[in-house]
Amino acid sequence: MTPEEWTAVRLSLLVATTATLASLPFGVAVAWLLARRQFWGKSLLDTLVHLPLILPPVVTGYLLLISFGKRGPIGAFLDQAFGIVFSFRWTGAALACAVMGFPLLVRAIRLSIEAVDVRLESAAGTLGANPFWVFITVTLPLCLPGVIAGAILCFAKSMGEFGATITFVSNIPGETQTLPSLIYTLTQVPGGDAGAMRLTLVSIAISMLALLGSELLARRIGAHRIAA
Amino acid sequence: MSLEVDIDHARGSFRIAARFSAAPGLTALFGRSGSGKTTLVDIVGGLVRPDRGRVAVDGQVLLDTERRVFVPSHRRRIGYVFQDSRLFPHLSVRRNLLYGRWFNREAGGTAAGLAPVVDLLGIGHLLERRPDSLSGGEKQRVAIGRALLAHPQVLLMDEPLAALDEARRAEILPYIERLRDEMGVPILYVSHSVAEVARLATTVVILTDGKVTAVGPVADILPLADSGDGGSVLDATVARHDEAFQLSVLTSAAGELQVPRLSVPVGAPVRAYIRARDVMLSLKPPEEISALNVLAGRIAAVEPGGGAQAEVKLDCNGAALTARLTVKSVQRLALAPGKPVYAVIKSVSFERS
Repeated sequence: MTPEEWTAVRLSLLVATTATLASLPFGVAVAWLLARRQFWGKSLLDTLVHLPLILPPVVTGYLLLISFGKRGPIGAFLDQAFGIVFSFRWTGAALACAVMGFPLLVRAIRLSIEAVDVRLESAAGTLGANPFWVFITVTLPLCLPGVIAGAILCFAKSMGEFGATITFVSNIPGETQTLPSLIYTLTQVPGGDAGAMRLTLVSIAISMLALLGSELLARRIGAHRIAA
Repeated sequence: MSLEVDIDHARGSFRIAARFSAAPGLTALFGRSGSGKTTLVDIVGGLVRPDRGRVAVDGQVLLDTERRVFVPSHRRRIGYVFQDSRLFPHLSVRRNLLYGRWFNREAGGTAAGLAPVVDLLGIGHLLERRPDSLSGGEKQRVAIGRALLAHPQVLLMDEPLAALDEARRAEILPYIERLRDEMGVPILYVSHSVAEVARLATTVVILTDGKVTAVGPVADILPLADSGDGGSVLDATVARHDEAFQLSVLTSAAGELQVPRLSVPVGAPVRAYIRARDVMLSLKPPEEISALNVLAGRIAAVEPGGGAQAEVKLDCNGAALTARLTVKSVQRLALAPGKPVYAVIKSVSFERS
Protein backbone atom coordinates (compact mmCIF):
# COMPACT_ATOMS: atom_id res chain seq x y z
CA MET A 1 0.00 0.00 0.00
CA THR A 2 1.12 3.55 -0.64
CA PRO A 3 1.75 6.04 2.21
CA GLU A 4 -1.34 7.92 1.06
CA GLU A 5 -3.45 4.77 1.52
CA TRP A 6 -1.95 4.09 4.97
CA THR A 7 -2.75 7.63 6.03
CA ALA A 8 -6.35 7.20 4.95
CA VAL A 9 -6.69 3.92 6.87
CA ARG A 10 -5.18 5.40 10.02
CA LEU A 11 -7.37 8.49 9.72
CA SER A 12 -10.48 6.39 9.27
CA LEU A 13 -9.67 4.34 12.37
CA LEU A 14 -9.05 7.54 14.37
CA VAL A 15 -12.25 9.17 13.12
CA ALA A 16 -14.40 6.07 13.74
CA THR A 17 -12.98 5.44 17.21
CA THR A 18 -13.39 9.08 18.23
CA ALA A 19 -16.92 9.23 16.84
CA THR A 20 -17.93 6.03 18.68
CA LEU A 21 -16.38 6.86 22.04
CA ALA A 22 -17.55 10.47 22.03
CA SER A 23 -21.14 9.62 21.15
CA LEU A 24 -21.39 6.64 23.55
CA PRO A 25 -22.29 8.59 26.74
CA PHE A 26 -24.87 10.67 24.86
CA GLY A 27 -26.22 7.55 23.18
CA VAL A 28 -26.66 5.76 26.52
CA ALA A 29 -28.35 8.83 28.05
CA VAL A 30 -30.76 9.32 25.14
CA ALA A 31 -31.52 5.58 24.95
CA TRP A 32 -32.31 5.54 28.68
CA LEU A 33 -34.58 8.60 28.34
CA LEU A 34 -36.44 7.02 25.44
CA ALA A 35 -36.70 3.59 27.12
CA ARG A 36 -37.60 4.57 30.67
CA ARG A 37 -39.03 8.09 30.88
CA GLN A 38 -42.18 9.81 29.76
CA PHE A 39 -41.69 13.50 29.01
CA TRP A 40 -42.97 16.27 26.84
CA GLY A 41 -41.32 16.19 23.41
CA LYS A 42 -40.31 12.55 23.63
CA SER A 43 -41.50 11.70 20.12
CA LEU A 44 -39.75 14.83 18.79
CA LEU A 45 -36.46 13.63 20.34
CA ASP A 46 -37.06 10.16 18.95
CA THR A 47 -37.59 11.58 15.46
CA LEU A 48 -34.56 13.87 15.66
CA VAL A 49 -32.31 10.99 16.69
CA HIS A 50 -33.52 8.85 13.81
CA LEU A 51 -33.44 11.62 11.21
CA PRO A 52 -29.89 10.92 9.93
CA LEU A 53 -30.97 7.36 9.19
CA ILE A 54 -33.61 8.44 6.68
CA LEU A 55 -32.25 11.75 5.37
CA PRO A 56 -29.90 11.61 2.39
CA PRO A 57 -26.37 11.74 3.90
CA VAL A 58 -25.60 14.74 1.73
CA VAL A 59 -28.44 16.61 3.38
CA THR A 60 -27.14 15.75 6.86
CA GLY A 61 -23.66 16.87 5.75
CA TYR A 62 -25.03 20.13 4.40
CA LEU A 63 -26.99 20.77 7.61
CA LEU A 64 -23.78 20.20 9.58
CA LEU A 65 -21.93 22.56 7.26
CA ILE A 66 -24.37 25.42 7.73
CA SER A 67 -24.62 24.96 11.51
CA PHE A 68 -21.14 23.75 12.55
CA GLY A 69 -19.18 25.41 9.72
CA LYS A 70 -16.93 28.41 10.50
CA ARG A 71 -19.75 30.82 9.80
CA GLY A 72 -22.55 28.62 11.11
CA PRO A 73 -24.14 29.72 14.39
CA ILE A 74 -22.88 26.76 16.47
CA GLY A 75 -19.52 26.51 14.72
CA ALA A 76 -18.79 30.24 15.17
CA PHE A 77 -19.70 30.08 18.85
CA LEU A 78 -17.54 27.00 19.52
CA ASP A 79 -14.64 28.61 17.66
CA GLN A 80 -14.82 31.89 19.60
CA ALA A 81 -15.62 30.43 23.03
CA PHE A 82 -13.46 27.28 23.11
CA GLY A 83 -11.33 27.41 19.99
CA ILE A 84 -12.94 24.21 18.70
CA VAL A 85 -13.10 24.07 14.90
CA PHE A 86 -14.89 21.35 12.98
CA SER A 87 -14.89 22.55 9.39
CA PHE A 88 -12.32 20.89 7.15
CA ARG A 89 -10.69 19.12 10.10
CA TRP A 90 -10.64 15.44 11.03
CA THR A 91 -12.73 16.37 14.09
CA GLY A 92 -15.45 17.47 11.67
CA ALA A 93 -15.28 14.06 10.00
CA ALA A 94 -15.68 12.47 13.45
CA LEU A 95 -18.68 14.72 14.15
CA ALA A 96 -20.31 13.74 10.86
CA CYS A 97 -19.70 10.04 11.57
CA ALA A 98 -21.04 10.38 15.11
CA VAL A 99 -24.23 12.00 13.87
CA MET A 100 -24.70 9.35 11.19
CA GLY A 101 -23.99 6.47 13.59
CA PHE A 102 -26.07 7.88 16.47
CA PRO A 103 -29.43 6.35 15.44
CA LEU A 104 -27.86 2.88 15.23
CA LEU A 105 -26.17 3.34 18.59
CA VAL A 106 -29.32 4.58 20.34
CA ARG A 107 -31.54 1.93 18.80
CA ALA A 108 -29.42 -1.00 19.97
CA ILE A 109 -28.97 0.38 23.49
CA ARG A 110 -32.61 1.38 23.83
CA LEU A 111 -33.80 -2.11 22.92
CA SER A 112 -31.48 -3.71 25.45
CA ILE A 113 -32.51 -1.27 28.20
CA GLU A 114 -36.14 -2.06 27.47
CA ALA A 115 -35.30 -5.74 27.91
CA VAL A 116 -33.99 -5.14 31.44
CA ASP A 117 -36.62 -6.10 33.98
CA VAL A 118 -37.96 -2.92 35.64
CA ARG A 119 -38.82 -5.03 38.66
CA LEU A 120 -35.10 -5.50 39.30
CA GLU A 121 -34.69 -1.73 39.14
CA SER A 122 -37.46 -1.13 41.65
CA ALA A 123 -35.96 -3.83 43.90
CA ALA A 124 -32.66 -1.92 43.80
CA GLY A 125 -34.60 1.22 44.73
CA THR A 126 -36.08 -0.42 47.82
CA LEU A 127 -32.55 -1.37 48.87
CA GLY A 128 -31.57 2.29 48.98
CA ALA A 129 -30.09 2.95 45.54
CA ASN A 130 -31.15 6.26 44.00
CA PRO A 131 -32.06 6.32 40.28
CA PHE A 132 -28.48 7.12 39.23
CA TRP A 133 -27.01 4.20 41.15
CA VAL A 134 -29.81 1.90 40.04
CA PHE A 135 -28.73 2.66 36.49
CA ILE A 136 -25.01 2.19 37.16
CA THR A 137 -25.29 -0.99 39.24
CA VAL A 138 -28.26 -2.77 37.69
CA THR A 139 -29.44 -1.40 34.34
CA LEU A 140 -26.05 -0.77 32.74
CA PRO A 141 -24.45 -4.15 33.55
CA LEU A 142 -27.56 -5.95 32.37
CA CYS A 143 -27.79 -4.09 29.05
CA LEU A 144 -24.03 -4.16 28.38
CA PRO A 145 -24.27 -6.57 25.41
CA GLY A 146 -26.63 -4.09 23.74
CA VAL A 147 -24.28 -1.20 24.47
CA ILE A 148 -21.42 -3.11 22.85
CA ALA A 149 -23.53 -4.06 19.86
CA GLY A 150 -24.58 -0.43 19.42
CA ALA A 151 -20.99 0.79 19.68
CA ILE A 152 -19.83 -1.72 17.06
CA LEU A 153 -22.62 -0.68 14.71
CA CYS A 154 -21.69 2.96 15.20
CA PHE A 155 -18.02 2.16 14.56
CA ALA A 156 -18.81 0.21 11.40
CA LYS A 157 -21.08 2.96 10.16
CA SER A 158 -18.31 5.50 10.83
CA MET A 159 -15.76 3.45 8.90
CA GLY A 160 -18.03 3.51 5.87
CA GLU A 161 -19.49 7.01 6.17
CA PHE A 162 -19.00 8.97 2.98
CA GLY A 163 -21.80 11.33 1.96
CA ALA A 164 -22.12 13.48 5.07
CA THR A 165 -18.36 13.56 5.65
CA ILE A 166 -17.40 14.68 2.15
CA THR A 167 -20.17 17.30 2.14
CA PHE A 168 -19.23 18.71 5.56
CA VAL A 169 -15.43 18.54 5.60
CA SER A 170 -14.54 17.80 1.97
CA ASN A 171 -11.83 15.36 0.90
CA ILE A 172 -8.47 16.73 2.06
CA PRO A 173 -5.62 14.18 2.03
CA GLY A 174 -4.16 13.69 5.49
CA GLU A 175 -6.90 15.70 7.21
CA THR A 176 -10.35 14.57 6.11
CA GLN A 177 -9.63 11.99 3.42
CA THR A 178 -11.02 8.84 5.05
CA LEU A 179 -10.95 5.38 3.56
CA PRO A 180 -14.19 5.66 1.56
CA SER A 181 -13.23 9.14 0.33
CA LEU A 182 -9.90 7.84 -0.95
CA ILE A 183 -11.54 4.87 -2.65
CA TYR A 184 -13.89 7.34 -4.34
CA THR A 185 -10.93 9.52 -5.40
CA LEU A 186 -9.00 6.53 -6.75
CA THR A 187 -11.94 5.43 -8.84
CA GLN A 188 -12.00 8.90 -10.42
CA VAL A 189 -8.37 8.89 -11.61
CA PRO A 190 -6.84 6.70 -14.31
CA GLY A 191 -4.82 3.77 -12.93
CA GLY A 192 -6.37 3.99 -9.51
CA ASP A 193 -8.12 0.63 -9.75
CA ALA A 194 -5.41 -1.35 -7.96
CA GLY A 195 -5.39 1.08 -5.04
CA ALA A 196 -9.18 1.07 -4.83
CA MET A 197 -9.16 -2.73 -4.73
CA ARG A 198 -6.52 -2.82 -1.96
CA LEU A 199 -8.50 -0.38 0.15
CA THR A 200 -11.70 -2.29 -0.50
CA LEU A 201 -10.04 -5.43 0.89
CA VAL A 202 -8.77 -3.48 3.91
CA SER A 203 -12.25 -2.12 4.45
CA ILE A 204 -13.78 -5.58 4.34
CA ALA A 205 -11.12 -6.90 6.75
CA ILE A 206 -11.72 -4.11 9.28
CA SER A 207 -15.49 -4.61 9.16
CA MET A 208 -15.17 -8.34 9.69
CA LEU A 209 -12.71 -7.89 12.56
CA ALA A 210 -15.07 -5.45 14.25
CA LEU A 211 -17.98 -7.86 13.93
CA LEU A 212 -15.89 -10.78 15.18
CA GLY A 213 -14.64 -8.69 18.09
CA SER A 214 -18.14 -7.72 19.13
CA GLU A 215 -19.25 -11.34 18.89
CA LEU A 216 -16.39 -12.48 21.13
CA LEU A 217 -17.01 -9.69 23.64
CA ALA A 218 -20.73 -10.42 23.82
CA ARG A 219 -20.00 -14.13 24.28
CA ARG A 220 -17.48 -13.43 27.04
CA ILE A 221 -19.97 -11.27 28.90
CA GLY A 222 -22.67 -13.89 28.48
CA ALA A 223 -20.38 -16.71 29.64
CA HIS A 224 -19.17 -14.67 32.58
CA ARG A 225 -22.73 -14.14 33.66
CA ILE A 226 -23.66 -17.79 33.52
CA ALA A 227 -20.47 -19.36 34.85
CA ALA A 228 -19.17 -17.07 37.56
CA MET B 1 -42.32 0.22 66.20
CA SER B 2 -45.70 0.62 64.68
CA LEU B 3 -47.11 1.07 61.23
CA GLU B 4 -49.97 3.42 60.36
CA VAL B 5 -51.65 3.28 56.98
CA ASP B 6 -54.56 5.35 55.75
CA ILE B 7 -54.84 5.55 51.99
CA ASP B 8 -57.22 5.89 49.05
CA HIS B 9 -56.10 4.79 45.65
CA ALA B 10 -57.94 4.09 42.41
CA ARG B 11 -56.51 2.15 39.52
CA GLY B 12 -58.98 1.92 36.69
CA SER B 13 -62.23 0.73 38.20
CA PHE B 14 -60.52 -0.85 41.19
CA ARG B 15 -60.45 1.20 44.37
CA ILE B 16 -58.44 0.65 47.51
CA ALA B 17 -59.50 2.45 50.65
CA ALA B 18 -57.53 1.05 53.54
CA ARG B 19 -56.94 2.29 57.03
CA PHE B 20 -55.26 0.38 59.81
CA SER B 21 -52.50 0.61 62.34
CA ALA B 22 -50.42 -2.36 63.28
CA ALA B 23 -48.77 -3.25 66.55
CA PRO B 24 -45.14 -4.40 66.65
CA GLY B 25 -44.50 -7.90 65.37
CA LEU B 26 -45.79 -9.42 62.18
CA THR B 27 -48.86 -7.92 60.55
CA ALA B 28 -50.46 -10.18 57.99
CA LEU B 29 -52.36 -8.64 55.11
CA PHE B 30 -54.78 -11.36 54.30
CA GLY B 31 -57.22 -11.61 51.43
CA ARG B 32 -58.00 -13.23 48.13
CA SER B 33 -56.02 -12.60 44.96
CA GLY B 34 -57.01 -9.24 43.55
CA SER B 35 -58.07 -7.79 46.88
CA GLY B 36 -55.36 -5.13 46.66
CA LYS B 37 -52.76 -6.62 49.01
CA THR B 38 -49.76 -6.13 46.75
CA THR B 39 -50.81 -2.59 45.79
CA LEU B 40 -51.10 -1.73 49.47
CA VAL B 41 -47.60 -3.06 50.16
CA ASP B 42 -46.26 -1.21 47.10
CA ILE B 43 -47.75 1.98 48.54
CA VAL B 44 -46.00 1.39 51.88
CA GLY B 45 -42.81 0.64 49.96
CA GLY B 46 -43.05 3.78 47.83
CA LEU B 47 -43.37 1.93 44.52
CA VAL B 48 -46.90 3.21 44.03
CA ARG B 49 -48.02 6.74 44.86
CA PRO B 50 -51.61 6.72 46.08
CA ASP B 51 -54.21 9.34 45.19
CA ARG B 52 -54.60 10.33 48.82
CA GLY B 53 -53.31 9.16 52.11
CA ARG B 54 -50.76 8.90 54.84
CA VAL B 55 -48.23 6.23 55.75
CA ALA B 56 -46.05 6.39 58.85
CA VAL B 57 -43.60 3.96 60.37
CA ASP B 58 -42.82 4.46 64.02
CA GLY B 59 -44.12 8.02 63.83
CA GLN B 60 -41.95 8.89 60.84
CA VAL B 61 -44.09 10.06 57.94
CA LEU B 62 -43.23 8.37 54.63
CA LEU B 63 -46.21 9.68 52.74
CA ASP B 64 -48.71 12.42 53.39
CA THR B 65 -50.53 13.71 50.35
CA GLU B 66 -52.10 16.59 52.27
CA ARG B 67 -48.73 17.90 53.39
CA ARG B 68 -47.18 16.94 50.06
CA VAL B 69 -44.74 14.52 51.64
CA PHE B 70 -43.51 11.65 49.47
CA VAL B 71 -40.34 9.94 50.54
CA PRO B 72 -38.99 8.04 47.49
CA SER B 73 -38.50 4.34 48.02
CA HIS B 74 -34.70 4.52 48.12
CA ARG B 75 -34.91 6.78 51.19
CA ARG B 76 -37.63 4.88 53.05
CA ARG B 77 -35.36 2.33 54.69
CA ILE B 78 -37.65 -0.53 53.89
CA GLY B 79 -36.73 -4.10 53.18
CA TYR B 80 -38.95 -5.54 50.48
CA VAL B 81 -39.06 -9.29 49.83
CA PHE B 82 -40.86 -9.83 46.56
CA GLN B 83 -42.89 -12.84 45.55
CA ASP B 84 -40.44 -13.44 42.68
CA SER B 85 -37.27 -12.83 44.78
CA ARG B 86 -35.83 -10.37 42.18
CA LEU B 87 -32.20 -11.18 42.87
CA PHE B 88 -29.74 -9.39 40.60
CA PRO B 89 -28.68 -11.98 38.01
CA HIS B 90 -25.31 -10.36 37.33
CA LEU B 91 -24.16 -10.40 40.96
CA SER B 92 -23.09 -13.26 43.19
CA VAL B 93 -25.20 -14.16 46.21
CA ARG B 94 -22.71 -12.34 48.45
CA ARG B 95 -22.91 -9.16 46.40
CA ASN B 96 -26.69 -9.41 46.26
CA LEU B 97 -26.73 -9.62 50.05
CA LEU B 98 -24.40 -6.65 50.47
CA TYR B 99 -26.08 -4.51 47.81
CA GLY B 100 -28.32 -2.59 50.21
CA ARG B 101 -25.73 -2.32 52.94
CA TRP B 102 -23.54 -0.15 50.78
CA PHE B 103 -26.29 2.41 50.16
CA ASN B 104 -27.41 2.42 53.78
CA ARG B 105 -24.00 2.61 55.37
CA GLU B 106 -24.62 6.11 56.82
CA ALA B 107 -27.79 4.81 58.44
CA GLY B 108 -25.58 2.26 60.21
CA GLY B 109 -26.44 2.20 63.88
CA THR B 110 -27.47 -1.25 65.00
CA ALA B 111 -26.22 -2.69 61.73
CA ALA B 112 -26.83 -6.40 61.36
CA GLY B 113 -23.65 -7.97 60.10
CA LEU B 114 -23.44 -10.36 57.20
CA ALA B 115 -22.46 -13.33 59.36
CA PRO B 116 -25.48 -13.41 61.72
CA VAL B 117 -27.93 -12.96 58.84
CA VAL B 118 -26.23 -15.67 56.81
CA ASP B 119 -26.41 -17.97 59.85
CA LEU B 120 -30.01 -17.11 60.58
CA LEU B 121 -31.03 -18.01 57.03
CA GLY B 122 -28.62 -20.91 56.53
CA ILE B 123 -27.19 -19.59 53.26
CA GLY B 124 -23.46 -19.67 54.07
CA HIS B 125 -22.70 -22.32 51.45
CA LEU B 126 -24.34 -20.25 48.69
CA LEU B 127 -22.35 -17.02 48.97
CA GLU B 128 -20.20 -17.44 45.88
CA ARG B 129 -22.98 -18.83 43.68
CA ARG B 130 -25.02 -16.96 41.08
CA PRO B 131 -28.78 -16.51 41.64
CA ASP B 132 -29.77 -18.54 38.58
CA SER B 133 -28.12 -21.64 40.05
CA LEU B 134 -30.23 -21.50 43.23
CA SER B 135 -33.45 -23.37 43.98
CA GLY B 136 -36.65 -21.40 44.63
CA GLY B 137 -36.33 -21.78 48.40
CA GLU B 138 -32.68 -20.72 48.38
CA LYS B 139 -33.51 -17.68 46.25
CA GLN B 140 -36.20 -16.58 48.67
CA ARG B 141 -33.88 -16.99 51.65
CA VAL B 142 -31.23 -14.89 49.91
CA ALA B 143 -33.89 -12.28 49.06
CA ILE B 144 -34.91 -12.14 52.72
CA GLY B 145 -31.26 -11.75 53.74
CA ARG B 146 -30.72 -9.01 51.19
CA ALA B 147 -33.71 -7.08 52.54
CA LEU B 148 -32.54 -7.52 56.14
CA LEU B 149 -29.01 -6.33 55.41
CA ALA B 150 -30.34 -3.01 54.10
CA HIS B 151 -31.11 -2.23 57.78
CA PRO B 152 -34.80 -1.72 57.19
CA GLN B 153 -37.11 0.09 59.57
CA VAL B 154 -39.88 -2.13 58.33
CA LEU B 155 -39.81 -5.37 56.40
CA LEU B 156 -42.36 -5.88 53.62
CA MET B 157 -42.94 -9.44 52.45
CA ASP B 158 -45.25 -9.99 49.50
CA GLU B 159 -46.22 -13.65 49.47
CA PRO B 160 -42.61 -14.71 49.84
CA LEU B 161 -43.61 -18.37 49.87
CA ALA B 162 -46.22 -18.35 47.10
CA ALA B 163 -43.88 -19.60 44.39
CA LEU B 164 -42.65 -22.51 46.49
CA ASP B 165 -43.87 -26.04 47.08
CA GLU B 166 -44.89 -27.40 50.51
CA ALA B 167 -41.44 -28.71 51.38
CA ARG B 168 -39.70 -25.43 50.59
CA ARG B 169 -42.30 -23.50 52.56
CA ALA B 170 -41.70 -25.67 55.58
CA GLU B 171 -38.00 -24.91 55.10
CA ILE B 172 -38.45 -21.12 55.19
CA LEU B 173 -41.26 -20.63 57.71
CA PRO B 174 -39.02 -21.22 60.77
CA TYR B 175 -36.67 -18.51 59.48
CA ILE B 176 -39.53 -16.02 59.22
CA GLU B 177 -40.61 -16.91 62.75
CA ARG B 178 -37.10 -16.21 63.96
CA LEU B 179 -37.07 -12.86 62.16
CA ARG B 180 -40.28 -11.91 63.89
CA ASP B 181 -39.00 -12.97 67.30
CA GLU B 182 -35.30 -12.08 67.12
CA MET B 183 -34.71 -9.14 64.79
CA GLY B 184 -37.27 -6.74 66.27
CA VAL B 185 -38.17 -5.29 62.87
CA PRO B 186 -41.89 -4.89 62.20
CA ILE B 187 -43.02 -7.05 59.31
CA LEU B 188 -45.89 -6.47 56.89
CA TYR B 189 -46.63 -9.86 55.41
CA VAL B 190 -48.96 -10.49 52.50
CA SER B 191 -50.52 -13.89 52.20
CA HIS B 192 -53.60 -15.70 51.11
CA SER B 193 -52.72 -18.84 53.01
CA VAL B 194 -54.61 -19.33 56.28
CA ALA B 195 -51.98 -21.74 57.55
CA GLU B 196 -49.17 -19.22 57.03
CA VAL B 197 -51.11 -16.38 58.64
CA ALA B 198 -52.14 -18.57 61.58
CA ARG B 199 -48.58 -19.54 62.20
CA LEU B 200 -46.84 -16.22 61.73
CA ALA B 201 -49.12 -13.28 62.39
CA THR B 202 -49.37 -11.13 65.47
CA THR B 203 -51.99 -8.85 63.90
CA VAL B 204 -54.21 -9.72 60.97
CA VAL B 205 -55.65 -7.21 58.50
CA ILE B 206 -58.29 -8.70 56.25
CA LEU B 207 -58.66 -7.01 52.89
CA THR B 208 -61.75 -7.61 50.77
CA ASP B 209 -62.09 -5.86 47.40
CA GLY B 210 -59.71 -3.12 48.45
CA LYS B 211 -61.35 -2.45 51.81
CA VAL B 212 -60.19 -3.42 55.26
CA THR B 213 -62.95 -5.59 56.67
CA ALA B 214 -61.29 -6.63 59.94
CA VAL B 215 -58.17 -5.82 61.99
CA GLY B 216 -56.99 -7.42 65.22
CA PRO B 217 -55.04 -10.15 66.95
CA VAL B 218 -54.75 -13.35 64.94
CA ALA B 219 -56.88 -15.56 67.20
CA ASP B 220 -59.83 -13.12 67.03
CA ILE B 221 -59.64 -12.28 63.35
CA LEU B 222 -58.68 -15.43 61.53
CA PRO B 223 -61.93 -17.29 62.19
CA LEU B 224 -63.71 -14.37 60.44
CA ALA B 225 -61.63 -14.79 57.32
CA ASP B 226 -63.75 -15.71 54.38
CA SER B 227 -61.46 -18.47 53.28
CA GLY B 228 -63.96 -21.29 53.10
CA ASP B 229 -61.87 -22.96 55.76
CA GLY B 230 -62.77 -21.26 59.04
CA GLY B 231 -60.18 -22.95 61.19
CA SER B 232 -59.17 -21.98 64.68
CA VAL B 233 -55.84 -21.02 66.20
CA LEU B 234 -54.67 -22.34 69.56
CA ASP B 235 -51.68 -20.80 71.31
CA ALA B 236 -49.68 -23.59 72.91
CA THR B 237 -46.28 -24.52 74.33
CA VAL B 238 -44.24 -27.62 73.64
CA ALA B 239 -44.45 -29.72 76.82
CA ARG B 240 -42.36 -32.71 75.73
CA HIS B 241 -41.41 -34.83 72.75
CA ASP B 242 -42.40 -38.47 72.44
CA GLU B 243 -39.43 -39.79 70.49
CA ALA B 244 -40.72 -43.35 70.34
CA PHE B 245 -43.79 -42.39 68.34
CA GLN B 246 -42.35 -39.22 66.76
CA LEU B 247 -44.93 -37.00 68.42
CA SER B 248 -44.82 -33.70 70.31
CA VAL B 249 -47.13 -32.95 73.20
CA LEU B 250 -48.43 -29.39 73.41
CA THR B 251 -50.21 -27.75 76.30
CA SER B 252 -52.83 -25.13 75.56
CA ALA B 253 -55.69 -23.49 77.41
CA ALA B 254 -58.01 -26.04 75.84
CA GLY B 255 -55.97 -29.01 77.02
CA GLU B 256 -53.19 -31.27 75.80
CA LEU B 257 -52.62 -31.84 72.10
CA GLN B 258 -50.49 -34.51 70.49
CA VAL B 259 -49.13 -33.54 67.09
CA PRO B 260 -46.48 -34.92 64.73
CA ARG B 261 -42.95 -34.32 66.11
CA LEU B 262 -41.96 -30.64 65.85
CA SER B 263 -38.38 -29.53 65.38
CA VAL B 264 -38.52 -26.90 68.14
CA PRO B 265 -37.22 -27.25 71.70
CA VAL B 266 -39.36 -28.04 74.73
CA GLY B 267 -40.90 -24.86 76.14
CA ALA B 268 -41.07 -23.11 72.76
CA PRO B 269 -44.33 -21.30 71.98
CA VAL B 270 -46.14 -22.67 68.95
CA ARG B 271 -49.49 -22.16 67.29
CA ALA B 272 -51.73 -25.01 66.38
CA TYR B 273 -54.02 -24.35 63.48
CA ILE B 274 -57.02 -26.66 63.47
CA ARG B 275 -59.22 -26.77 60.40
CA ALA B 276 -62.94 -26.82 61.16
CA ARG B 277 -63.48 -29.90 59.03
CA ASP B 278 -60.90 -31.86 61.02
CA VAL B 279 -62.89 -31.53 64.26
CA MET B 280 -65.39 -34.20 65.27
CA LEU B 281 -67.84 -33.83 68.18
CA SER B 282 -68.98 -36.42 70.69
CA LEU B 283 -71.49 -36.07 73.52
CA LYS B 284 -69.65 -38.54 75.78
CA PRO B 285 -65.90 -38.88 76.33
CA PRO B 286 -64.98 -41.21 73.48
CA GLU B 287 -63.36 -44.53 74.41
CA GLU B 288 -61.39 -46.98 72.33
CA ILE B 289 -60.91 -44.48 69.52
CA SER B 290 -57.82 -43.97 67.39
CA ALA B 291 -57.75 -40.16 67.60
CA LEU B 292 -55.29 -38.97 70.26
CA ASN B 293 -56.76 -35.55 71.00
CA VAL B 294 -59.98 -35.08 72.93
CA LEU B 295 -60.77 -31.59 74.22
CA ALA B 296 -63.69 -30.93 76.55
CA GLY B 297 -65.75 -27.85 75.84
CA ARG B 298 -69.12 -26.21 75.68
CA ILE B 299 -71.01 -25.12 72.59
CA ALA B 300 -70.96 -21.35 72.20
CA ALA B 301 -72.97 -21.07 68.99
CA VAL B 302 -74.33 -23.10 66.11
CA GLU B 303 -74.21 -21.32 62.75
CA PRO B 304 -75.89 -22.96 59.81
CA GLY B 305 -73.82 -22.59 56.69
CA GLY B 306 -75.29 -22.91 53.22
CA GLY B 307 -76.62 -26.35 52.34
CA ALA B 308 -75.75 -29.45 54.34
CA GLN B 309 -73.09 -27.88 56.55
CA ALA B 310 -73.11 -26.05 59.85
CA GLU B 311 -70.35 -24.53 61.94
CA VAL B 312 -70.33 -25.23 65.64
CA LYS B 313 -68.32 -22.79 67.75
CA LEU B 314 -66.92 -24.25 70.95
CA ASP B 315 -65.53 -22.72 74.08
CA CYS B 316 -62.83 -25.05 75.39
CA ASN B 317 -61.80 -23.56 78.70
CA GLY B 318 -61.60 -20.08 77.16
CA ALA B 319 -60.04 -21.10 73.86
CA ALA B 320 -62.22 -20.91 70.76
CA LEU B 321 -62.53 -23.92 68.48
CA THR B 322 -64.70 -24.36 65.41
CA ALA B 323 -66.09 -27.64 64.11
CA ARG B 324 -67.73 -28.07 60.72
CA LEU B 325 -70.45 -30.72 60.80
CA THR B 326 -73.41 -31.70 58.69
CA VAL B 327 -76.77 -30.24 59.63
CA LYS B 328 -77.91 -33.83 60.01
CA SER B 329 -75.37 -34.48 62.79
CA VAL B 330 -76.28 -31.23 64.50
CA GLN B 331 -79.92 -32.33 64.68
CA ARG B 332 -79.16 -35.97 65.56
CA LEU B 333 -77.04 -34.94 68.55
CA ALA B 334 -79.36 -32.00 69.34
CA LEU B 335 -76.37 -29.65 69.48
CA ALA B 336 -77.33 -26.30 70.98
CA PRO B 337 -75.51 -23.48 72.79
CA GLY B 338 -74.52 -24.37 76.34
CA LYS B 339 -74.33 -28.11 75.75
CA PRO B 340 -71.09 -29.80 76.94
CA VAL B 341 -69.31 -31.76 74.19
CA TYR B 342 -65.97 -33.40 73.44
CA ALA B 343 -63.99 -32.30 70.40
CA VAL B 344 -62.00 -35.08 68.75
CA ILE B 345 -59.03 -34.19 66.52
CA LYS B 346 -56.76 -36.73 64.82
CA SER B 347 -53.08 -36.02 65.35
CA VAL B 348 -52.32 -36.71 61.72
CA SER B 349 -54.63 -33.88 60.66
CA PHE B 350 -52.03 -31.34 61.86
CA GLU B 351 -49.88 -30.21 59.00
CA ARG B 352 -46.28 -29.37 59.59
CA SER B 353 -46.58 -25.94 58.05
